Amino acid sequence: MPTVAFTRALERFLRAPPAEVGGATVGEALGLVFASRPALRGYVLDDQGGLRRHVALYVNGKPVRDRARLSDPVAASDKIYVFQALTGG
Amino acid sequence: MTDRVYVGTRKGLFEIARKAKGAWEVAGVHFLGDPVTAVLAEPDGTTFAALDLGHFGPHLWRRDKAGGEWRELAVPAFPAKSDSATDDPHPWSLGKIWTLEPGYVAGRIWAGTMPGGLFRSDDRGESWKLNEPLWTMPERRQWMGVAGGEQPGISAVLIDPRRPDEIRVGVSTAGVWASHDGGKSWRIMNRGGMYNEYMPPERREDPIAMDIHRLARCAAHPEIVWCQHHNGVFRSKDSGLSWYEITAIKPSKFGFAVAAHPRDPDTAWFVPATKDEKRVPVDGKVVVARTRDGGKSFDVLTKGLPQRHAYDLVLRHALAVADDGDTLAFGSTSGGLWISENGGDAWTAPEGRLPPVNAVRFAA
Repeated sequence: MPTVAFTRALERFLRAPPAEVGGATVGEALGLVFASRPALRGYVLDDQGGLRRHVALYVNGKPVRDRARLSDPVAASDKIYVFQALTGG
Repeated sequence: MTDRVYVGTRKGLFEIARKAKGAWEVAGVHFLGDPVTAVLAEPDGTTFAALDLGHFGPHLWRRDKAGGEWRELAVPAFPAKSDSATDDPHPWSLGKIWTLEPGYVAGRIWAGTMPGGLFRSDDRGESWKLNEPLWTMPERRQWMGVAGGEQPGISAVLIDPRRPDEIRVGVSTAGVWASHDGGKSWRIMNRGGMYNEYMPPERREDPIAMDIHRLARCAAHPEIVWCQHHNGVFRSKDSGLSWYEITAIKPSKFGFAVAAHPRDPDTAWFVPATKDEKRVPVDGKVVVARTRDGGKSFDVLTKGLPQRHAYDLVLRHALAVADDGDTLAFGSTSGGLWISENGGDAWTAPEGRLPPVNAVRFAA
């Protein structure tokens, strides 16, 4: 099953431990994390469900392509990492 | 008298307490390192703080009593963008909470935001609902972004304490909007009086092009509304329906902040600055301009304020008057903070060097 890990910078605000989840896309995997930790969603996604402008999401070390719909497919062994983009903000 | 003021800054929320006559000091530091964009202190001791975390978005926290624990609440959120809104120039996602205001109904608070959404909570901020009539009206797409940002922002929400369905909303940049039915319907209010020097000639008096930096109303006489506009100072005697310019303001007519006396309809305070291209105090002197005669004349108050090489700019939510009408505070983008206990005649600065100040609010 894919794993989702979050930058430790989020721990200042709320618990965000790594999780092993299901899902066939990045969006589905994140959705499963947020189902158990609903407060985390607003730190990562905007009101339309896209990645926040200054949040980065990598799959196996490469940036996600679809930041708006999070439709990139993920496989069971994939590692999703969510962190702050170095764009200021 | 009021003995506590909250100061929202670029790097946290500072709680300033009065220790003795004329002596104030930092008594609490909250959210250190995080930008605080708006603060609201309710009479029951509840305090709200809106944060704008650069990477991780806007958030809202509440503390139920002084010394208590902060708890994160739901944040106002926009609905899914409809297909008919694909050409909307403004995002359907909360940029930041710019102002939090009491609703004068138990549990009710209002949030004015960028990109121009007005939100209401009826359960002390636990949940929020977008005011759809204002957001979906076609004119809203003509709203313009404010300097330093691409998004329009609701800079002021005024609720009539006697009739909580009477609402005025000031928008930077989109004029003054009014609702007489609790937000079910809206119309633009600033017909006549105001003008936009920055617009092309044919739109100099266009109400929707008015840059309303800040509105303030006299709580005991809510029909009296003061406006610090991008182009000057204006006053309304009919709850914002019509306006007239206050030309006696000195040393300049540009500024962001205004505070209205809670009981005296003729008294208000401003913090003027060199207009528009420079945005620093006139001649490097921090001053407060006070009128006590409805704007016919002004005192320029300087005692206790820096008068040499001071380049402090005071943003629109960074000047406040307490319910007693005597205690005032304002903070600057250079981290200055000054408090007066006598209507502005003399000012004192708490010890410390604060981060840039966004918002100042007295405990009720």
